[in-house]
Amino acid sequence: MSNIQSPLPGTFYHKPSPEEPVFKSPGDAVAIGDTIGLVEVMKTFIAVTSEVEGTFVKYMIDDAAPVTAGAVLAELA
Amino acid sequence: MAIERLFIANRGEIAVRIVRAAQALGIHAIQAHSEADTDMLAVKLADEAICIGPAPSKDSYLNIEAVLKAAKDTGADAIHPGYGFLSESPRFARAVEAAGLIFVGPTADTIERMGDKVAARQAAIAAGVPVVPGSEGRIDVEDALKVAAEIGYPVMIKAAAGGGGRGIRIASNEAELRTLAPQAKAEAEAAFGDGGLYIERAILSPRHIEVQILGDGDTAVHCFERECSLQRRRQKVWEEAGAACLDEPTREALCASAVALAKAVNYRGAGTLEYLYDEATNAFYFIEMNTRIQVEHPVTEMLTGVDLVAEMINVCGGAKLSMTQDQITRSGHAIEVRICAEDPFMQFMPWPGVVSKLVEPKGEGVRFDHFLSEGYQIPPFYDSLLGKVIVHAPTRDAAIDKLVIALTELEIGGTKTTVPLHLALAADPEVRKGAFHTQWLEPWLAAGHLTATKGDAA
Repeated sequence: MSNIQSPLPGTFYHKPSPEEPVFKSPGDAVAIGDTIGLVEVMKTFIAVTSEVEGTFVKYMIDDAAPVTAGAVLAELA
Repeated sequence: MAIERLFIANRGEIAVRIVRAAQALGIHAIQAHSEADTDMLAVKLADEAICIGPAPSKDSYLNIEAVLKAAKDTGADAIHPGYGFLSESPRFARAVEAAGLIFVGPTADTIERMGDKVAARQAAIAAGVPVVPGSEGRIDVEDALKVAAEIGYPVMIKAAAGGGGRGIRIASNEAELRTLAPQAKAEAEAAFGDGGLYIERAILSPRHIEVQILGDGDTAVHCFERECSLQRRRQKVWEEAGAACLDEPTREALCASAVALAKAVNYRGAGTLEYLYDEATNAFYFIEMNTRIQVEHPVTEMLTGVDLVAEMINVCGGAKLSMTQDQITRSGHAIEVRICAEDPFMQFMPWPGVVSKLVEPKGEGVRFDHFLSEGYQIPPFYDSLLGKVIVHAPTRDAAIDKLVIALTELEIGGTKTTVPLHLALAADPEVRKGAFHTQWLEPWLAAGHLTATKGDAA
């Protein structure tokens, strides 16, 4: 099990844009460098990438919800 | 009916500015805030504050129903929208009017008309204001040659059906246009199924010059011009009043054209007409109007001594303009720089830190508009503007020198800011000479000037 944390405070998004599918769904393979979500900070979107490989379990924060720096965004197995 | 209870539907430094202006006029200031802005400075300074919703702007500062309900619940008789957010929404202005409150700005119809590029261009032409010369409507290749001969080279060729800058070509003479126009037509046909073209005079390295106007619905005046050519990603970073590149006859013609348009639309409140200025031909062209107070309004206040925010509140409360044109004079030179919570050495990455230390620049002719205090957590949900350092001095050279001192005095601990960018710009010989245009700053950054001067700036 490993966690992916938010590098910055802001608003967390599961999708590249509201019309598109989520970056990762449960069971998806996650490679190092894969984008799992976006954090919007001061009108700038920062990609959150995985530093480990594994299998995506779930998002730990709702789509479009506020997050603090260091908050756990997603869980990998 | 003079305004007695003013509701401020904005945040950050402009909310502080409006609260203070209202209180100085003896008006009860009611500050709106989101759940993320409970402890912001404008809330502390205001006579009263009310939460209008969760952190995201769409649920709070952009939520028309929530804003109106809060304004009614607090017994406000007027709403000041600041800049950004709902300030240029005709739907909001209309809803405020329908609710029987005063919108501190022009009428909804004026906002709508001037917010539409085509309608604004037509209004400008009707008022005799120069616009970028171009073909009126779609044309074919032969017409393009005729129109280009009339408006003069270089010309920009666009697909009439296109948008977003796609397929734009620039022809610097007739031979190039003969080659490029058929290519543009073929490409437009392939891309849009429509080979119609549109051409306009290409202004290659324009300066951005804008004129501040004030109106009371019957008459209008100008408060001279500003130059805002130093831009990054179309965001202004450094603004001056006046524009040192203009000669006196051009300044007079420019400002008179702005007043003509403001009068033609019976403008009420504070507004700005933006122009492109082509230094090579000494010609200016209206591009758009902003129907609100602007971020850079303080340079005009320093130059003229006019309190723009107080004046817009008064005229929207039904007063006539408190001054005539000949009472508005300019003296010296003013410069504003925007202090943003961004790391200029790391591609301007946002940096919403906690303010650990705050030392404000002081002195005659120095102004610092901001919303910071020690211990304040800068919220990550809104834009990165923390404040503005504004200086005023007898000459432009003296203003730059004063700016360097003010920026050196300013200390904002706990976050990265764009202060090093402004110190590097202030030290640049081209900036010192005023030799820049809207396409100047990005190549300057790309060439590594900021990194090179890092040691000097620190």
